Amino acid sequence: MSNLLLFLAAFGASAVEMVEALTIVLAVAVTRGWRSAGWGVAAALTSLTVIVVVFGPALTRLPIDALRVVVGTVLLIFGLQWLRKAILRAGGLKALHDEEAIYQAEVADLQAASGDLSGTSGHDWYGFTVAFKGVFLEGLEVAFLVVTFGSTQHNVGLAALGAAAALVVVVAVGAVVHAPLSRVPENTLKFGVGVMLTTFGTFWSAEGAGVHWPGSEGAILGLLVAVAAAAFALVAATRRRVGAAGRGLALG
Amino acid sequence: MRYLVAFGRFWWNFIVGDDWTLALGVVVAVAVTAVAAHHGWGAAWFILPAAVLVLLTWSISRVRPPGPG
Repeated sequence: MSNLLLFLAAFGASAVEMVEALTIVLAVAVTRGWRSAGWGVAAALTSLTVIVVVFGPALTRLPIDALRVVVGTVLLIFGLQWLRKAILRAGGLKALHDEEAIYQAEVADLQAASGDLSGTSGHDWYGFTVAFKGVFLEGLEVAFLVVTFGSTQHNVGLAALGAAAALVVVVAVGAVVHAPLSRVPENTLKFGVGVMLTTFGTFWSAEGAGVHWPGSEGAILGLLVAVAAAAFALVAATRRRVGAAGRGLALG
Repeated sequence: MRYLVAFGRFWWNFIVGDDWTLALGVVVAVAVTAVAAHHGWGAAWFILPAAVLVLLTWSISRVRPPGPG
């Protein structure tokens, strides 16, 4: 059960980050050319591979309790942040993430950037840098999640498999539609992943701190249900608040 | 130096995000849980989930809907 959740959490979190990276790469490719975008992606993936190979194994050598309390706490803070944002968006207190609008803004920026920065080498360094930065930063987030998630559960392979599956799906869909993936229900994905990260973060950090969970790993399921129920209740309460404020504005 | 600051800001935004009080609350709750567990309190497991729900509710409730003006 926890393995399935681990896979789903790694898949969902990676898919969200990859959709964001794909939006940037597509904008670069369409406005500055596929060649510079392709080199930027290749350079970013190479850098990420080096970082994961160098730092990944070091994490797994730490004592498991210390690892769980530190990584669990970081994941819990990170998961709560995602969940908070997703609740605010679902409740109407924050604008939904719009990949189409982000894509259009990125394209406008790229077109406005001083026309040809290729210099004498014939290489478009501007397009390369934007694609590199987009893939590297989003990829760093994926790498962080895979390594931390996998190492605390002693299954980096499964977390990496979840991320790889997300990569295949996002790239395949991107290749077919050749446009930003604006129809991906990003907030729903972020909501689900936020619930899972908060659940795992709570379980691991408490276990690392010396807690014995009732039902051992079965407690993960109980936590998942409690966090999801609280998140849905908060969305409903937020919608009521936004509705009441709207009615107040209309009357005033 | 500029790159170090940008690097630090990236990780801060990535992990801590918009509401730093959530991060602080989680760190305090984990510390309290560790102290309770090491003193042999059997219900120590309850502290963190309860703290998480309170912190999340508090953080969401502090965001105000757009008002007049």
